[in-house]
This record gives sequence, structure tokens and C-alpha cells, in this order.
Amino acid sequence: MGKNKGVNRVNDKNILVMKNISKKFPGVKALDNVNFYVRKGEIHGLMGENGAGKSTLIKILDGAYTSEKGGEIWFKGKLVQNNSPILSKKLGISTIHQEFNLIPELTVGENIFLHDFPIRRGLIDWKTLFGESRKYLKDIGCNVDPAAKVKTLSIAQQQMVEISSSINQNAELIIMDEPTAPLTKLEIDILFKLIRHLKEIGITIIYISHNIKEVLTLAERITVLRDGKVVNCINSKELNQNQLIELMVGRSFKNAFPPRKGKPMKEIMLSVRNLSDAHKLKNISFDLKKGEVLGLAGLVGSGRTEILRAVYGADPGISGEIELKGKIINITSPEEAKKNGIGLLPENRKKEGFIPLMSVQCNISLPGIDKIQRFGVVLNKEETKLAENFVKKLDIRTPSLEQLVIRLSGGNQQKVVLAKWLAEGTPIIMLDEPTRGIDVGAKYDIYILIDKLTQEGISVILITSELPELLALSDRILVMHNGRINGEFKKEQFKAEDIMACAFGTIKNGGDMGES
Amino acid sequence: MPKKIFKNWWEKIKYNYFQEFILLVVLLVLGTIFSLLTDTFLTIPNILNVLLQISIIAILGFGVTIIIISAGIDLSLGSVMALVGMGTAAILTSSTPSIFLAILGGLLIGGIVGFINGITVAYIHLPAFIATLAMMSIARGVALVVTNAIPIYNLPESFLFLGSGFLWGVPTPIYVMISLYFILDFILRKTKFGRYTYAIGGNEEATRLSGINIKRYKLLVYVVGGICTGVAGILFTARLGSGQPTAGVGYELDAITAAILGGTNLFGGSGNLIGTLIGAFVMGVINNGQALLNISSYVQNIVRGIIVILAVGISTYQYMTRK
Repeated sequence: MGKNKGVNRVNDKNILVMKNISKKFPGVKALDNVNFYVRKGEIHGLMGENGAGKSTLIKILDGAYTSEKGGEIWFKGKLVQNNSPILSKKLGISTIHQEFNLIPELTVGENIFLHDFPIRRGLIDWKTLFGESRKYLKDIGCNVDPAAKVKTLSIAQQQMVEISSSINQNAELIIMDEPTAPLTKLEIDILFKLIRHLKEIGITIIYISHNIKEVLTLAERITVLRDGKVVNCINSKELNQNQLIELMVGRSFKNAFPPRKGKPMKEIMLSVRNLSDAHKLKNISFDLKKGEVLGLAGLVGSGRTEILRAVYGADPGISGEIELKGKIINITSPEEAKKNGIGLLPENRKKEGFIPLMSVQCNISLPGIDKIQRFGVVLNKEETKLAENFVKKLDIRTPSLEQLVIRLSGGNQQKVVLAKWLAEGTPIIMLDEPTRGIDVGAKYDIYILIDKLTQEGISVILITSELPELLALSDRILVMHNGRINGEFKKEQFKAEDIMACAFGTIKNGGDMGES
Repeated sequence: MPKKIFKNWWEKIKYNYFQEFILLVVLLVLGTIFSLLTDTFLTIPNILNVLLQISIIAILGFGVTIIIISAGIDLSLGSVMALVGMGTAAILTSSTPSIFLAILGGLLIGGIVGFINGITVAYIHLPAFIATLAMMSIARGVALVVTNAIPIYNLPESFLFLGSGFLWGVPTPIYVMISLYFILDFILRKTKFGRYTYAIGGNEEATRLSGINIKRYKLLVYVVGGICTGVAGILFTARLGSGQPTAGVGYELDAITAAILGGTNLFGGSGNLIGTLIGAFVMGVINNGQALLNISSYVQNIVRGIIVILAVGISTYQYMTRK
């Protein structure tokens, strides 16, 4: 600090200074001594891969999390103490989350004034409420009826309402988290105009996005986070797209991963043809070989998870064909997927992965319980043997098989979910973010395990937002962009920059795969 | 792999069976008070009487415990019990009065209503509270309409034995309650069905994504609950000696209270039948002791409510504040 000619200091120029911010979660260091400076009146881009620490940083700023000791937040030249969501709002910091904080059953006006209704003679002053709301909306170029219920508005309009509400609360710093993700092209243009307008009236914007083009056109300066650290804070004019991608992904690869020993065999296990759903997936086709690790790359929302869920029969409304060893199968439920030998480790382990109040043993045996029962009665000895076997194999650290899964650490919970499917023994396992939120040691264990599995002839489809991980583990990578397969990379073509560019939709590769 | 997580038995109780433990303490305290204040409380005939009085609530409680463990609820129990009673009584007074058929018919009615509840909850995705609230009204209505609201009397003596007879000095419903406890406890703890019930209540989506047909098992949960109601309805009719279309009003709340007192998590995923059994017993003791003391039934209600708040409150508080 200090060496950058006084720019990175608490002074009049900087509306926000975050100093020495660190945040640890069990087993993970989400933020490591981050220093973050935002100038008054600028549009500041905040970029980084998934898990780089952007959300954590913002949550510390708006008071949802607290920094580890030593972290300081200075806003408008004053030290913010005992930050909380209420305090940060009062100070003039407002966050527009990806999921809006609007109440769908209330009117636009009520939502804008939710924090502080205008009162007259003890009752809500509707005339002022609607009148003022109309003014706020008009100011930002939004002609929505303040008396309309929020649930009747489009996503873009709801976003406008959210922004109006922020302005009404005298926000001086507005943080926008992936604001364009749900918008159409036209709506994005309108939003950009609005953001520039906000800048003109003196509001500072922190703009978080995966979209490199957007950030480069909007932001004056860009801070790039990687692995919980600030890589750089640069003037956006001094950067091009490729440099920015390099900043985001370029990390050292040395020995973070075990060597890949397994090799895919010739036999095709699974063949997906023209898979589509109502919302996102468009004509997805690919093959999965025996013993192969097929990686799926792509940004959040590009449709990676949806592919796995579609193959697994987890969501309704899927069209297309799935062939298993050359035979067409019809999967309309997870039950049928399991019967056909397909397992899924879901993305959200807490919500979808395990039964928190059940023991390690009962969780492990859950999908494969049919193998250890007779006439509907679970065979206790067999079950214990099965669970014991996988606790050992995966090195799950639990004091006992009886321990409730909720009392294990995140990494060990994840291993339990993995053990569920290994115990069931499906020849195809789809892993959605298997290493998310777990510590380095557990990650390494899982890498080795994936390699071992494929040597036994099990086929794996792998999603992970950590690109180096994907590169190290996969035999082949499909890159998703906007619900389509935008490229296919063979092992010898693996290059982080190319895959990222393909995921951002700036280049294509092997276009014959996805789009027909 | 060591088997033990807990340092000693007290830790294990504190973490896994605290509600049951509190309940036993309550039972002990109440028992002591009532034994000191009356000569009649702590006698074998009186204890058997309490057990007889709780048998129907306990049986309903077993069924609803299983349903609550699966994160559901059943408010139709009381009405369905009346419907079962009317069906049973109707078969017994028909031209072919067969006790076997009557029992079968009663169980079938309970099972069918449970099946309908299960369909509406699992397949039509109605919230269980609403589905069974509606069924509460429908079942009662059917019981009244079919019989023109006229009770059915003159049931055969041999049938009444089920409700008011004695076997080796012990009332028959107690045997039914105890056997049903062992059967259902086995099912809940040892079978695949039982395992899935806990899993669905604990995390429905994770269970579904484990490749389990959750709809089928949720349906089955309500059928099992319905059959329990069938058993309770048959016993109740045999005790009353008649089929009463207005019988069993409010029994669903007593059954749910027994389950909750016994530590069943109202949001699903945990609970057991021994807790429900003890819960029903505590409620029986509260009512019996107060009756022996000639406390007015209005006051009894107040006392019962307070004991529920205390018994559940203590363990909830313990749960919230531990660590």
C-alpha cells in the first residue's frame, strides 16, 4: 500500500477502501488479505472465476459476513465498525443480488418504500408513496405503473424497481452482481444506459460479472480476484480480453494434481443425442466412453448442471435420445437412471446430497439399499460392512458410522455423498462440482479416486468451475455456452485460455459436435 | 472403526434421546405427586386403566408419528376413525355378520382413506395439512351421510370383546397396542420402507436424487397411517359397543400431541415410536391423576397444555442452546 502514489488510501478520491480482508470457512480460505479500493463515481469491475472470492468480498462489504481480525472497511473516509446488512444500507451501500429482494405480492411502490413507508396520520400515505415512486422510476427511465404488483413485471423491470429502491434509500455505492445474466440483449442495452446515467448523477457502481466484454466496455477500472487474493487492479483501457482471461485463470499448476493414469477404452457407454429442455439446453449431443473422464466446462448458467440433471431424469420436459451401450433407454426419473446404472453427485450437497439427520452408515447405503436387504428388511451386518468399506476407501473422517452426517466437515460430507454412489456401484457417475468448498487434502483424495474409478472401467462426467482441475482430470472437455456445446477439446488441445474463450463464446472449437 | 461417538450414556441421552428423557422425568414427577395425593393412583388396576385409556390415542399416534417423520401430517385421523367405526358396525349388523369381515372392512376403509390422502399429497402435491384437513371434513361427512347420522347399535358380544374384554386380567386393547408397537417399530427401524421414511422427511430432494421413488413411499406412509387409524377405529367401536358417526372428534390432535411430546420432529426426519408411546402414557397419567383428584375437566385442559409447553419447551431450548 501507499506506493501507488496515494491512490490506494483512505482519502476523498476513494469512496470505499477495504483493507486486509480475510475470511476463512471450515477448510477453505475464501479471502486472503484482500485490499480493494473503489474511487468515487467510477464503475468498478470485479472479476474472477467461480470461487475466487467475489461474493465473499461483497458479503463482507454489505455486512452479511464479517472479516477475520485485522480487516478494515472505510466508507466515505470513515471506518465502518460492527458492519451489518442494516448498517451498510444506512451508510448508502446497496447490493442488487442475482435474486431480487422484492416481495412479489406487493406493488412496485410498496417495494420501493418498503424500508420506510411515508406515513400520514398514522396510516400509509398512498398518494405520496405512488407519486414519489413514479418519480424515482421516471428518473431512471422506467415507465412501470407503481401500483402494479411486482410479480406481474418482467425480470428487467423488477431489476429497475430494485435499483429505484436503492436510490430511494440514498445509496451512494451500488453493487450489481451478474445483473445481465437474466436479461435479453435489448434489456442489457437499457441497463447499460441506466448504469451510465447512475454514474452521471454521482453514484458509484461495483459491477460483478463473468462477461469479459461487458466489463471491459462498462468499467473504468477492474479488480481481478483469484483464489481469494487480488491479482491486480488495472485501468480497463490497458487491457484486452485475452489479458484479462489470463489474469483470471493463470495460476501455477505444479503438483496440485496427481498424474492421470487411467485411459478411456474404446467401448461407448453412453450416447446422448439432441438433448433439449424447455429453457436452456439446445441439441446437446455427445458420447461417453468406458473409463473416460469427460469434463464439462462453461460459465455458471451455461447449462452444464442442466445436462447432468437431464441425463439423470431429475427435471421434467426433456426431449432427445439417450443410448446406453447402444440401447435406447427412456429415463424420466432418477429412479430409472439409477436402474440403468447412472449416478449423480448433485451440485448443492446440503440441499440435494445427503440427509443431515441420518448417520454416515445410513446415508452411504441409501441409493444402494436394495443390494443389502431381504424381503424389505435391511441386513444390518451387510450394511455396516458396506459403509465401513467406503469410509476406509475414501478416508472419511468420522468418529463412528453412527455419526450424523450434519456433524461432519464439508469435505467429509462430500465424501459421504460420493460414497453413496460408489456403494451403489453405477458404471456411470456424474459429478457436479465434487470439490466445491472442500479443503485441499480432501480435494486431492477425490482426484485420485476419480482416476482410480476410471481404471476400474467406470465412466465419469465431471463438472468443476476450477479450470485447472478440469484440465488435469479430464480426458476430453466439452465447453458449454448459452445452453449449447460450443466446443470440444481433446487432451492434447487443452489450453486454459482457449477453453475460457470458448466458454465466453468468443471462439468456437469443433463446432460439428454440438450444433447441427 | 470405533462404534461409540459419545463419551458416556448421559451424552448419548443428551444428544439423541433428550425429549424422551424429559418425558420420563415428567412421568416420574407426576406419578410421585399423584401417588402421594391419592391412594388409588399407584395400583395395578388403575395403571391398567390408564393403559386402556391411552391405547387408542397411542395407536393413532404410531400412525401419525410415521407420517410426521416423513415430513407430512394427518389431521383426518379422528373423522376417519368414525368412518371406520361406521363401516365395521354396518358389516356386523348386515345380513352376513362376520367379525373377520368387519375387521378386514375396517382396516380396508382406513387403508383406502390413507391411500387417497397419499395420492393427494404425493402425486397431486397438495400440502399435507390442507389435503388431510379436507379429508377430515369429507370422512366425517361420509360417515354422517351413509348412516343418516344414526348410530348403529347391537353389535355382537364376541366383537365387543376386542374393546372391553380381558385376557389374563389385562384389557385386550393393551395387547393390540403393544403388538402394533413392536411391529411398527420393527418396520420403522429395520426395513427399507422405514429408512426411506426418515430419508424423505430429512431431505426429500436428496432422497429423490438418490434414485428413490419418493412418491410411492410417501403414498405408502399414508396407507400405513390409515391402517393404524383403521385398527384404532375398530377398537374404539368395540369399546363403545356401537358405531357412532360423531365419534373421535379431536383425537387427531391428541395423537399428534403424543407424537410431539415423544420427540417427533414436526418438520420431519426424526422421531420414534417409543417416544410416542411414552408421550401417550404421560397424557393418560395427566388425565387420570387429575380425574382421581376430582379436578374439573376444564382445568384439566389447562394443565395438559402447560405440561406440553414445558415438556417440549425444555428440550427445544436445550437443542437451541447447546454447543
